[in-house]
Parts: sequence; structure tokens; C-alpha cells
Amino acid sequence: MKFDAVVGLEIHAQLHTRTKAFCGCSTSFGSPANSQVCPVCLGLPGALPVLNSHAVDLAIKAALALECDVQPESIFARKNYFYPDLPKGYQISQYEKPLALGGGLDIDAGGGKRVALTRIHMEEDAGKSLHEGFPDSNQRTYLDFNRSGVPLIEIVSEPDMRSAAEASEFFTRLRDILVWVGVNDGNMEEGSLRCDANVSVRPLGESALGTKVEVKNLNSFRYLRDAIDYEIDRQADLIERGGRVVQETRLWDSTGGRTLSMRSKEEAHDYRYFPEPDLPALMVSEARVEAVRRTMPELPEARRRRFVAAYALPEYDAGVLTQSAALADYFEVVATMARNPKAASNWIMGELLRAMKDRGTAMVEVPLTPALLAGLIVLIDDGTISGSIAKEVFAKMLDSGRPAADIVKAEGLAQNSDEGALVAIVQGVIAANAEAVAQFRAGSAKTFGFLVGQVMKGSGGKANPALANRLLKRELDRG
Amino acid sequence: MSLLDRTARDIRDEVTAGRTSAVEVCTAFLSRIADVDPRLNAFTLVDGDRALDRARTIDRRRAAGERLGPLAGVPIALKDNICLRGMRTTAASRILDTFVPPYSATVAERLEAADAVILGKTNCDEFAMGSSTENSAHGPTRNPWATDRTPGGSSGGSAAAVAARCAPLALGSDTGGSIRQPGSFCGVVGLKPSYGRVSRYGLLAFASSLDQIGPFARTVADAALVLSAMAGLDPADATTAREPVPDFQAALTGDITGVRVGVPRAFVSEGVDEGVRRAFDEALDTLRRSGATLVDIELPHAKYAIPVYYLVCTAEASSNLARYDGVRYGHRASLSRNDDLKTMYNRSRSEGFGVEVKRRIMLGTYVLSAGYYDAFYLKAQQVRTLLRRDYERAFEHADVIAMPTAPTPPFRLGERLQDPLQMYLEDVFTVSANLAGLPGVSVPCGFAGERLPVGLQLMGRMFDEATMLRVADAYERAAGWWKESPPI
Repeated sequence: MKFDAVVGLEIHAQLHTRTKAFCGCSTSFGSPANSQVCPVCLGLPGALPVLNSHAVDLAIKAALALECDVQPESIFARKNYFYPDLPKGYQISQYEKPLALGGGLDIDAGGGKRVALTRIHMEEDAGKSLHEGFPDSNQRTYLDFNRSGVPLIEIVSEPDMRSAAEASEFFTRLRDILVWVGVNDGNMEEGSLRCDANVSVRPLGESALGTKVEVKNLNSFRYLRDAIDYEIDRQADLIERGGRVVQETRLWDSTGGRTLSMRSKEEAHDYRYFPEPDLPALMVSEARVEAVRRTMPELPEARRRRFVAAYALPEYDAGVLTQSAALADYFEVVATMARNPKAASNWIMGELLRAMKDRGTAMVEVPLTPALLAGLIVLIDDGTISGSIAKEVFAKMLDSGRPAADIVKAEGLAQNSDEGALVAIVQGVIAANAEAVAQFRAGSAKTFGFLVGQVMKGSGGKANPALANRLLKRELDRG
Repeated sequence: MSLLDRTARDIRDEVTAGRTSAVEVCTAFLSRIADVDPRLNAFTLVDGDRALDRARTIDRRRAAGERLGPLAGVPIALKDNICLRGMRTTAASRILDTFVPPYSATVAERLEAADAVILGKTNCDEFAMGSSTENSAHGPTRNPWATDRTPGGSSGGSAAAVAARCAPLALGSDTGGSIRQPGSFCGVVGLKPSYGRVSRYGLLAFASSLDQIGPFARTVADAALVLSAMAGLDPADATTAREPVPDFQAALTGDITGVRVGVPRAFVSEGVDEGVRRAFDEALDTLRRSGATLVDIELPHAKYAIPVYYLVCTAEASSNLARYDGVRYGHRASLSRNDDLKTMYNRSRSEGFGVEVKRRIMLGTYVLSAGYYDAFYLKAQQVRTLLRRDYERAFEHADVIAMPTAPTPPFRLGERLQDPLQMYLEDVFTVSANLAGLPGVSVPCGFAGERLPVGLQLMGRMFDEATMLRVADAYERAAGWWKESPPI
């Protein structure tokens, strides 16, 4: 039997705010345990939540970037369950009336398609249970509430994906967009972006959906792909052997490379959602949505199209340069300052990205300012240095952060455009290569290239190539 | 007149003028507490050192020529579900028997900013759940008018303390009548402000959409004084209103000529004690003689208020009380090595909570459960909306609404403990103000039987405490019941 897989994703993204969702505590990562807590995020008796307005703006931004409809009224709700790292015994979330509905995202996999979104809602994170790493960890669990109350959005997709590859691309693009608009830092290791997958299979051609299984703990792209592939195989295998898929929550076990049952539908929590009486309904005016829209950076897709149109870049270049907002910003500055977009693109995609990859540096840490790179391009374009010397200058510039013009001057790398000096070199080359000169005169065009090479060599690479060409031709014609 | 019999305003004026020191005042009330509280059990904690320290500071500041606040040197007691930094706060529950909050409720901060002197914490029903102050881990409070009877509840300790002259002022919290009913039972003024008028930050939540903090005092003017000091928007409580806070003192003109007092005749015709009815009718008569016009109004959905209230408040309580789990603070059951997390939760909560609290947590959990939510919680919210509309319509014809505060005078200790339904009916006239968010006040209106206090309840339009207090104050002046004092 052939099977068709159906996958939907639920993504939790931390909103990149300075303070928590309902109190003024810091959200910074990696501080000593329980150093960023207060009565509100510890759920102490009588403490009350007050909504962080910046978190709302970021959530709206995410919704706009994903083309969702921001709702004029949304309602916070309590999701009730007991767990030691959930200090109030309930999580403040949104349930019946979320912040945003609809929206979607285009992917290339599966022949190109649009994955629709169901909703985006706001909620708070729980604390962290520390089961390991203490001398008495076999007897005790420690709790860290620094993360308690950190603002999140949950993005829920429709079950529109049909393979691990599609899900993986969807998640990648979603991450890129969230990072691009500054809503999320994209850091999966620190848990600021997390993903759960709903997976089901059905015999090919069947239109009814199979029983879905929720797979949790997919905190890397590889885990996401592996877990979905594993789950598709497991479910297909089960059905082929006459079994039935049961609705349950499973956990990805990355060491074992398998999913493990966590709880069945019968054991599922009844969260007893009800409207949070401590918070008024969240009213989002049209004006507020528009104000957020004005702060939105251009989205990758739009920017890619603009790069092709405005800078006459090839599609490929535009695609590479719009992989991140920082890279695209960098390109635009270099292209504008150097007045040569294609050269800017070539240098960035070639030398710069290669150097960064070699050094493992991120875009924000690159010591080479756009002005420095533009300065280098200008020196090539005005004939001060040759392309090959430029690569040497680039490397030195990257190490020292000195302007290209300074390096060229200090090291005497400017190309030789002194006709008198070059004529002497050309005449010397003609004299020393009688055989090649004879071949050229006999009609061998490629010998000319060899002779140019000799001139360049004779000048220590500094000869202006165009000038060398012209003088060589003239001297040979004279001959 | 003894210092103990003075009103808060008098005390404030004396202290401000330097005729009496705040220390003198504080000492007088502390010694009164020491004298009578063993018989009443109105307090769960008295911190005389802290109070005297504050009083000394106020006296020093006055001596230095500083301008003092509107509650200068006036002692006040806080219901034990209102947090004060560094002072044990138990909500009369075993589960919080050792809890000391590292923060103060907004109301406590505002009172201290107005130079009030906090004496300590008063007894109440556990987590404010009850109408008799018998559901307390600290034992029941007794009524100063008849010590074999309850002071009402849940803020019975605060009401008893003010009635017995242990404090000129006290704060309570009112979720379904917990200020007004004990006010009625103890013959003092009990005021529940409009929902959103006073910050709930630092009040241990029972039912968040109904809870409101309010004052007990011997006069309406004193209650208005406290309300002015603590009302208004609080950035720490998102449910406080942006409504401007009027000068409630200035509203007490004594003139109620032409004010329309609505009386829901049909609603108050049944199940009301004979003595209460007589006192209520006399009060209406007094209002009429003072210039008010009595009008009949109808509240067709008021008869559903009790069931609606007990669905909404238990649902919210089941969630609000989930944080008392023995994990971070409060009572944790002693466990053996093999006990798991579930056992810790079950045992800690079973040991920590009393019977009534458990009953309400279970009811509320049921009300919110999948499959029952629509039939109970949602339906209750719909009826709540209808009830709110009843009041909106009634207030088209009336400026305030009058009812008895409670259907009975104070009942005997233990009398209703075995019959929770009978106990719940005690709230019949008070819960609808909470469901509709409206302000309500109970003013002493005489006695039933053997000098058992009875209260007249007045309700006002949303955020129109001013008119309500004006009528209450005019009635108080005309009737004069506030001058009576209990035998204790």
C-alpha cells in the first residue's frame, strides 16, 4: 500500500521583548536561576498580570509578516493544569478568540505551494524544571522561573504539508521571516523557537484524514525532518500490518532516533479554558495595526523582486543576498556607495561570504564595513588597482579594518598606468620572446594573451591591463 | 468621649492639630484589642510594635511641621487576605499558615501613604469563602453584639473589630456580600465599591471578576474617607477603571430631596426575617421623610443571582486556588521518599484547605470541565448579562436601589455549618451587586429581636458611589443608629 502523509505544525516563538509578558522582569537568557523573577511571574498570592504592550506589537508584526488578519478584539484565557514549573496552576494564553486568524506562507517543496495558517495567539512561557545536573538530582527536581512569563506566540498551520521536506522548508522560511522582521531571534538551542508536529497518514487517494499523532520536542530542523519521517514510516507500517494509529502525544527521542509515546488521548488534560478575568479583552485598533505595519521591514520576497528590478541583479544573486535582512542591508549600502551593484553582489557573494564561512562569523560581527568594501570597488572601477590585486587588498582589509586606499598606498599596490615605464617593459618582453612574437605575426591570436601575461608579470602585477594591452598591440604593429 | 468612640475623621483632625498624638491613639486601640479580642477572635495577627513605630514617625513628622495625610494617625485593620510586606498573610487557611508576602497590596500602600496606621490582620472565612467567619483556620470570630452569634462573613473579623471599637476602620473584601453582610450583622457601615474602582493587587483572589476591596467604618463619612484614599487607577491591576475619582466627602451634602430610591418589592417579599422586614420598612420611611421618592422597580432575573453567582465564583476560585500547590510556598505535606508528585499535590492540598474551600474547588472544576462548560459556566455568564441589564433598566427610574443587606439578623455559631445551601442563601441580596459590578453599601438600620443589628443596603449606578453615599449618609444622620454601641 502507498501512503500519503499529512503534516501540520505548531510553532512557539518567543517574542523579542526586553521584559516579560505580564511583568517587568528581564527576558535575557542565561542569567543565574531565579534571578529574573517577581511576585507576578512567580504566581505569588494576590499578584496580577499587566499586559506588555511591546509584546502585542511584536505579535501583530508577526501576524502581518505572515499575512494574517489581526483581530480587533482578542481574549486571554486561562489554560489550567498542574505542573511544578507552572507557578499559577494555569498558563495565560488565548483560546476562543486569538490575536490573528488566517494567513499563510509559500514554499518551493512539493512543486511549490502555499501552506495556510490557522491562527496566531499570544501566551506566556512556563518556568523550567531541572531534573539533572545537581548532586541530589536523583531525589529532587529544581525549578528555575526566569523563563516563566516570557511572551510567546503560537503559530498554528493547517495540515497542508505532505512530507518532512515540506514541513522543514515551511519551518525554515517561517523562522527566516520571524527573524527578518525582528520578532524572534531564531535561536533554537536556547528554546526561543520550538516546534511540534501533527502527523497522520492515509492510503494514497483517500481524502479522509487519518488519526493524527502530535510529536513534541522538535528543537532542530534535523529533528523535525527525522521525526516526521520516522512517524510516517511508523504509522504506515502499523496500518499495513493491520494495526490502528491511536491519537496520542509522542516525544522525539533524538538519541534513539525514534518517537516515544508520552500520553494517550484518554490521558490528555482537560485544560478547563475560560476567559482570564484579570485581563480585559485586548482591543487592537486599525490605527495600531497600521502603525506596526509602518515599522515593518520589507519582506524577503518583496526585497528579492526589488533587487532584480532596481539593481539589475540576476535572480540568483537577489536570492542569495536576501537570505537575511542584515546581508541585504549590507548589500544595499555597498551597491549604493560604490555605484556598482553587480560588483557589490559579486564581492559579497564571493569573497565576503566565503571569508565569513571560513571564519565562522555572523553578519553582525563582520569587521568590514559596507563603506570599506565600497571603497575597494571604487578603486577597481577607477583603474587604481587590478582585480587580482584587489583580492589581496580585500584580505588585508578584512584583517586590519584599514581602508583599501590606505593599504594600496602603503604597500605600493596601485596599478602602473605610466606609459613610459610600461613601454619599456613591453619592449623588453618583445625582445625576450622572439619565438612567440613570430608566432603572433604568423597569425596565432592566443599568443597575444601569453605576451600580455608576460607584461603583467614584468610589472609585478601592477600594470593597468587595458593599457598593457594597447601598448603591446602598438609595439607589435610597429615591429 | 473616649478616643475609642471617635470617628476616623475626628481622630485624623485631633492628630493633625496636635491635640492628640498618633501614639496615644494607637496605644488606646491596642489596649482595647488586648482587652476584648480574646472574647471575639477578630484578629489573626496584631503587630503593636510596627503600628507604634508608624505612629511615632507620624508624630515626629507632625512635630517637624510636615503636612500629614488624610488618614493621619488613624488605626486600621486589614482583612487577612490583603498582603502587607513582611506581615504574615494567611487568608485564614492552613495552606498559607507561614506565608509572609514580600510585597504590599496597593490599598495597603495607599493607606500608609495617607498616614493610616495598620494594626494587624483580621479573621475571615478561608479565602473569603463563607458568610459567618466560621470557615477559618484560626477559629470563628464572635459577634460583639451577641458573642454566641456570628459576625457574618467572610470579612467578619474586620466588621467585629470596628463594631467592638478595636479599630475605627478596617478593610474587607466583598465577592458576594462579604463586606456588606458582616457590616449588617455587626451594626457598622460596610462599603463595596464598583468593580474596578479599587485595585485588587495584593488581594488574595477568590473570584477575580467579582472581588472588590472596601472599608468598614462606623459612619458613612469615614467609609467615604477611606474610599477616597485608596480608589483609582492602578498600573498593577489591569481591571482598575480609568474613571476619575470624585471627592466622596464633598458628595455628603445631607440633602436627598427628590432622589429616587428604587425598591424591588417582589424580590424582597420572600424569605425575609420579620425583624429585618420591619427595620427595612422603617428605613424606607425615614428615607421618604428625608425627601427621597420611593419607586417600585423590577429585577426579573435577580432570582437567578444565587445559582449564577455560585457557578461563576466557584469556577474562578478553582483556577485561582491552583497556585496553592505546596511547590513554592505555603503548606507542603511531609512525604516519604517513594511518594510522587501527584501525592505531594493531593496531600498538601487535602491537608491545607478546609471543607468549604474544597467544596468550591470541586464545584468550580466541574463547572469548567469539558462537556459541562457550556451548560454551566457559559449559561451563568449569559444570565449575568441579563441581570446587569435588569439593573441598567432599573436605574432609568431610580438613582439608588434599596434592599435589606441580609435576609436575617446574625445567626448562632454553628447553626448553618451543616447546611451549605442555607448558608449560600444568606447572600441572596448581596451577590447581584458583584455580578453586575455595581457599588453597594450596608448602613445600620436598627435591630431585630434582642438587639441584633440589621443593615439597609443601598446600591448605586456603576461608578456612582457618590450618589449612593450621599443617600446613605443622609439616612444615617436621620436615623442615628450609628451612635449605638455593642455590649462588649
